[in-house]
Amino acid sequence: MDLSDIDPIKLIATLMVAATPLLLAAIGELVVEKAGVLNLGVEGMMITGAISGFAVAVETGSPWLGFLAAAAGGALLSVLFAILTQVALANHVASGLALTLFGLGLSALIGQSYGGQKPPPMAEVDLGPLNDLPVVGPILFGHDPILYLSLGLVAAVWAVLKYSRMGLVLRAVGENHDAAHALGYKVVRIRVLAILFGGACAGLGGAYISLIRVPQWTDGMTAGVGWIALALVVFASWKPWRVLAGAYLFGGVTVLQFNLQGVGIAIPVEYLSMSPYVITIIVLVLLSRDKSSAPGSLGRIFHASS
Amino acid sequence: MSQPLLSLKGLTKAYPGVIANNEISFDIGEGEVHALLGENGAGKSTLVKMIYGLVKPDSGGMTLRGAPYAPSEPRVARADGIAMVFQHFSLFDALNVAENIALGMENPPALRDLASRIREVSETYGLPLDPFRTVGDLSAGERQRVEIIRCLLQDPKLLIMDEPTSVLTPQEVEILFKTLQQLKAEGTSILYISHKLEEIRTLCDTATILRLGQVVGDCIPRETTARQMAEMMVGSSLKTPERSGRTLGPVALDITGLSVSSPTEFGTALKNLHLIVRVGEILGIGGVAGNGQEELLGVLSGEITTDAGAVKMAGQPIGRMGPTARRQLGVLTAPEERLGHAAAPDMSLTENALLTGVVRERLESHGFLKWGAARGFAERIIQAFDVRTPGPENAARSLSGGNLQKFVIGREVLQDPKVLVVNQPTWGVDAAAAASIRQALLDLAAGGAAVICISQDLDELMEIADNFAALNEGRLSEPRPTEGLSVDEIGLMMGGAHGMEVAHA
Amino acid sequence: MIRLEKRPQPSRAWSMATPLLAVVATMVFGGLLFAALGKNPFVAIQTIFWDPLFGEYSFFYRPQLLVKGAPLVLIAIGLSLGFRAGIWNIGAEGQYIMGALAGAGVGLAFYPLDAWYVFPLMVIAGALGGWAWAMIPGLLKVKFGTNEILVSLMLVYVAELILGSMSTRLLKNPEGYGFPGSRNFNDYPAGNSWIAQDLGMHWGVAAALIAVIFAYVLLNRHMLGFHIRLSGEAPRAARFAGVNPARLILLCLGLAGALAGMAGLFEVAGPAGQINIDFNVGYGFTAIIVAFLGRLNPLGILLAAALMALTYIGGEIAQDNLGLPAAAIQMFQGMLLFFLLALDLLTNYRLRLAVKERT
Repeated sequence: MDLSDIDPIKLIATLMVAATPLLLAAIGELVVEKAGVLNLGVEGMMITGAISGFAVAVETGSPWLGFLAAAAGGALLSVLFAILTQVALANHVASGLALTLFGLGLSALIGQSYGGQKPPPMAEVDLGPLNDLPVVGPILFGHDPILYLSLGLVAAVWAVLKYSRMGLVLRAVGENHDAAHALGYKVVRIRVLAILFGGACAGLGGAYISLIRVPQWTDGMTAGVGWIALALVVFASWKPWRVLAGAYLFGGVTVLQFNLQGVGIAIPVEYLSMSPYVITIIVLVLLSRDKSSAPGSLGRIFHASS
Repeated sequence: MSQPLLSLKGLTKAYPGVIANNEISFDIGEGEVHALLGENGAGKSTLVKMIYGLVKPDSGGMTLRGAPYAPSEPRVARADGIAMVFQHFSLFDALNVAENIALGMENPPALRDLASRIREVSETYGLPLDPFRTVGDLSAGERQRVEIIRCLLQDPKLLIMDEPTSVLTPQEVEILFKTLQQLKAEGTSILYISHKLEEIRTLCDTATILRLGQVVGDCIPRETTARQMAEMMVGSSLKTPERSGRTLGPVALDITGLSVSSPTEFGTALKNLHLIVRVGEILGIGGVAGNGQEELLGVLSGEITTDAGAVKMAGQPIGRMGPTARRQLGVLTAPEERLGHAAAPDMSLTENALLTGVVRERLESHGFLKWGAARGFAERIIQAFDVRTPGPENAARSLSGGNLQKFVIGREVLQDPKVLVVNQPTWGVDAAAAASIRQALLDLAAGGAAVICISQDLDELMEIADNFAALNEGRLSEPRPTEGLSVDEIGLMMGGAHGMEVAHA
Repeated sequence: MIRLEKRPQPSRAWSMATPLLAVVATMVFGGLLFAALGKNPFVAIQTIFWDPLFGEYSFFYRPQLLVKGAPLVLIAIGLSLGFRAGIWNIGAEGQYIMGALAGAGVGLAFYPLDAWYVFPLMVIAGALGGWAWAMIPGLLKVKFGTNEILVSLMLVYVAELILGSMSTRLLKNPEGYGFPGSRNFNDYPAGNSWIAQDLGMHWGVAAALIAVIFAYVLLNRHMLGFHIRLSGEAPRAARFAGVNPARLILLCLGLAGALAGMAGLFEVAGPAGQINIDFNVGYGFTAIIVAFLGRLNPLGILLAAALMALTYIGGEIAQDNLGLPAAAIQMFQGMLLFFLLALDLLTNYRLRLAVKERT
């Protein structure tokens, strides 16, 4: 083995790509949870986004349309969750699980005829000479547009939650839905919109895996990223910039273990592949003592009694 | 007579099985403080929710300064100059004061401008408040100020106040009344909901009395005695509980130097607490809820364990025992929160009887449950405490608040406690049920039990307790005999007015 | 307009009827789905739900019902105890794998010793393996307040990777010509879970029935079962009643893990025959559906597991005969859970047409 084969600059550039699906899904779930809804169906929405994006991109030849379809697919699946939890007042945990099981089945069904195909590539943003800068060039520039979109999304979510009226109302609904209702805010409507946003983001994240990161279609290819996204929101104490930091940290771990596999380190492949999951658990343990920043109404069922 | 500000005409609202409001009509004049008086369950809340746009009437209508007024949602009501201070505060613990206030406004200014306006209004009306403090850390009185200022910033024509004084110390009540008088002088009308008669006599110009969803009368409070109003409200003359002369026996339970932190995020830690209760005594613990009452109950029930010696029963250290071991010894408790703490909402009364009764009533053997015996115990509670329910197989949540409270108190009383601790035993309970619960506590003490009654209702404590202490910010005052205790003294024991120092800072 | 109104207490009638309604709704929508896939929906439904029981080859399929149903019952019973107490162990798949690995490991260690105690030891090891794996989220939750949903699920992926490693290295059959996978327990009588293979009877079926009876008595007659239900209904009231939440968490997770582990062991020592990369087929997840479909009630779980086993078998037949993709069945099962959760509304709420009533 030879660790010097690992190029740190390339490592950082690839970790950004590896982290983007996680980042997209997590920032969406953050908004959902801020509104007081715990959607455990992220994995299901991601995989649905992955296949709908893949299918549309292959059929139309346009990765952009693919991503659009992925967002729509994820959002569409999240509508089911919204109906279950906001209209039928079902338990959030069970509904989220149902969504994941359903999404995995649905995607495998649609994906049957897409195995082994190549999706159309997405052009990288060409910033001319900037790309050729040493060190910063490959790290900051020359990525695909969706990666920049994900960063923009984090900034937007942060700004909206912190500074806008809409963000304040969203947080209020998540904090205490009874009080928000008493003040006349439409709790269910706001939550449904948040759920849709979360679904669209998860869908984008899934498509990022099937269209850019891998890029091909295999059953269950999200491999738990949706669940890690859920953990990441807790890890980040519901703060957007911490979600970004956390996602890149996990991205780093993933890329590093791939690289270690590549240079033939003497640890069996399976144990290296375990590392993202194990690290997720460790991080959860380290950070679960502080729950103070969790939205007050998170996961509680809201029914206006009058 | 000049045109009234708001006029209600035949408002009716029915819920399945109950007509909450039946043909309610009355007028609120400009600059008038109008009392809406009635027992729990008389329909006061439903009525104000209709005025505030949270509930739509089935029939009937309202006019505001002569124009038809039918708010479809609170937003519309607010836009028309109707503001409301809720009984259970509609506040967000994790947000700061300014954010909370912004949420109650239609077009709030930028947060910084809002903060300076909050300071301005709070000074004008003598209600000091720091706009950037987190609401969860505020006392009940300060939280109410947040609500009031939120209303005042919108220059309301009508301010609705739902039981505003139940969470205030006597000194804070005085400050509130000054503010309300100032508002009245400026021409704001106030709809003041309460069941506290003396307050209404001090503050209000007219009163409308509700009973079982109907208007049963109106009066000028200053010219009516409290007793007359009470009888209109309840519909019959009330029996006040009888206390027989009691002799206090040896110490039944004592707490020495107890300090614990609260298990909940915005809870209150108990600080160096001492108390003694004797056999045959009722010790009343007053104070505004949220000052450590729940924590004190937890320490006594065994839900919060402490150093063994900090809590002693007849000299035996029990601080480290859990709830089951304490029940075995005869220390029983009834928490404030009926649904979810004292009782499991979706479980049957039989199962809820089992919940605390299993030890002393021997409802199990070798871990196996005796359902027949449990059902028998539930039936005994239902019978002895006149709990209105079709039978013990019904779920706890199907009972009205008063009936469930009778069940919860009855469950403990019937287990022959040596020490009984109750928290807010008559909160949200109608007058008749409250009277019977108080009588049960008195009888229990007369029978040789020690009773600790934690309550916000000072009248209740004066009525039944032998000694009184106040819990304020986790500290317990020195207990004093209730006889001869004045309201001012009680107020000072409760810590006077909270957070007033900010005004002078 | 339709308005929801909370019932004063949950309706017993609806709580029995909703699972049936959900099954019907799933058949209707599943039929539409099959039609969309270009299959005759009636034939598809018949193939899945009728043929395994009464079709031409039902003599072959009926024993399969026991084989597929037993692990589902075992796992779902364990999960249902936790779900009742508000403990969300969704990592039964991992506990199932670890139980199989531990049990098979013990069996293979004894190979080729022919002694009566080999199989009981394997069962114990299987239960311990699942128990230990479930103790990880349990202890982390008790000690640090870590979310058990996420931890137990992460551990599924870890278990799958361990399974991969074991089947290609440590437990690989030394006489297997280099193919991955362990020795086959069907060739090792002392370590074999079959009682009567032709009938589909293995020790797992017996264990499943015992688990149902055990859980029924526990929940309805025993203090512990009462505390489990109480903790789920009202956690604060449970503490008030004297329940120690930490002990309850460990107990529920431990029981669920042990049952899942045993299910894994019975499977590997019988129907599956060997440890291999593709040993686990998702029983741990399907059991979640089974637990809900059975309303977390032991007898209900028995029926629900039978139904789910039927869809597994029927799904395989449909795959062979109609070319219906395997994923369609998975989706079918997910759909069932959806309808169940949605219809559950009727148990706790009444739907009312909001007509203006004058009084």
